[in-house]
Amino acid sequence: MSHAAGGGAMTPGAVEGAVRPEITGLVWNMRDLTSADIPVTAEWAPRITPEWAWGGSTGRGVRVCVVDSGVDGDHPLVGPVTGAYAVEPGPDGAPVVRESAASDPAGHGTACAGIVRRLAPECELYSVRVLGAGFSGSGDAFVAGLRWAVRQGFDVVNLSLSTTRHKFADALRAVADEAYFRRTVLVAAAHNMRVESYPWRFSSVVSVGSHAEGDPRLVLYNPAPPVEFFAHGSDVEVAWPGGKTTRGTGNSFATPHVAGLCALILSKHPALTVFQLKNVLYLTAANVKGDL
Amino acid sequence: MSSDPGLVATVTAAVAGADGDHRRLLQSIVEVARAIFAAQASSIFMFVPERGELLFEAVAGAGQESLVGRAFPADRGIAGWVLASGEPMIIDDLSGSPAFAHDLAESTGYVPGVIMAVPLVHDEHVGGVLEVLDPAPQARSAISELDLLSLFAVQAALALRIAQRGRSAGAALESHGADYGELISVVRAFEDLGAERRSAGLRLIGSLRDLIA
Repeated sequence: MSHAAGGGAMTPGAVEGAVRPEITGLVWNMRDLTSADIPVTAEWAPRITPEWAWGGSTGRGVRVCVVDSGVDGDHPLVGPVTGAYAVEPGPDGAPVVRESAASDPAGHGTACAGIVRRLAPECELYSVRVLGAGFSGSGDAFVAGLRWAVRQGFDVVNLSLSTTRHKFADALRAVADEAYFRRTVLVAAAHNMRVESYPWRFSSVVSVGSHAEGDPRLVLYNPAPPVEFFAHGSDVEVAWPGGKTTRGTGNSFATPHVAGLCALILSKHPALTVFQLKNVLYLTAANVKGDL
Repeated sequence: MSSDPGLVATVTAAVAGADGDHRRLLQSIVEVARAIFAAQASSIFMFVPERGELLFEAVAGAGQESLVGRAFPADRGIAGWVLASGEPMIIDDLSGSPAFAHDLAESTGYVPGVIMAVPLVHDEHVGGVLEVLDPAPQARSAISELDLLSLFAVQAALALRIAQRGRSAGAALESHGADYGELISVVRAFEDLGAERRSAGLRLIGSLRDLIA
């Protein structure tokens, strides 16, 4: 398959009676854009379809790790959580990963995990807490937790968080590259503004922003990255502490839609590398149409 | 003194009484944020890393009179999520969560149904969070509205950074003790002088400079 997305991708779709914004530069968000504004023409064998990619899949056999604030394993829309871990200060103050209760003092990780569970109901969910109580929000904890997750060989890691600190960029890039070649796909929330943060900016991860269309299954490929994919992140029903639900909007909630989709795809096609998986996401994106 | 630009800035900031300006700037930003989204309230929180707290820096609308200067743990609430994850978000329908309402009631006395929250990023630091509470219905749960608030947050982040710098300057001045206090008093006193006495004062200061240079 070849990537013929270049010229055609930059031409806004022609819609009778509608004035489409002309895309002349990088696309950072989907503000004022719809899927019709970012059409992509690709050449590939037509057998790579959504049905081929994930039709009938439940995510069974795929291990998905949510690196976040923890996951409430008792929430009916989330559990079971097969394994829960937390990054804590070790004896010398350096972060270490220890087994912990499947709990979430903040709720953010539970909200993300619930979305993965909704898409891939039979996947195995794991949690690594790098935010919240104890070792709150340090870049060191994030790097340590992510590195640990990659070395456990999880198939999919959901990262609805990022750090703006440049000093962690090299370490995170190294972990992202390691994940890429170990067949662990990192699905990372992008920033919707021109903020440099990591690891979503790395080409080795799958970066996700939000589209404004209400379809939870709709994934769009961005022909003018830095953000590579857009998914459902607007008014999403999410699990909430105490067994409740609420509604959330943001790239945090778009990201687990793609993580869940990755779990579905890998369940049907477990031999895919991260490179191949990313291509399947591209070829099955709703705005990418074949010309063969 | 002029060889130390930081010190010059410190004294200048103190002389100019910049803290009041900073507060008015931040207050103006939350008032505009509240107006843009026709919201019940808007707040800027400053992250105080040494105390692990988020501090109410400016509030418009509900809580305006009582919340500025109050703080709560930085790993709590939606503001804590946004600070830790660095991700802007809207959480709707909070009324269904007694646990969360309790948290908010404890810290603010006002329980919103919807919170829009974005990180305030300056350079590579997340220095705080901008929140908009209970926006008008059309702003709820819309990703485009979150993008708009994120755009506005760039300005808020810059204002917060300026205020933080001013405050650091004030703290530095305090740590230098009375060395510069007298100098500041003299400069402030100049502001109240008439033209004739000011001219005389300047001549006197010129002589003093010649003496100590």
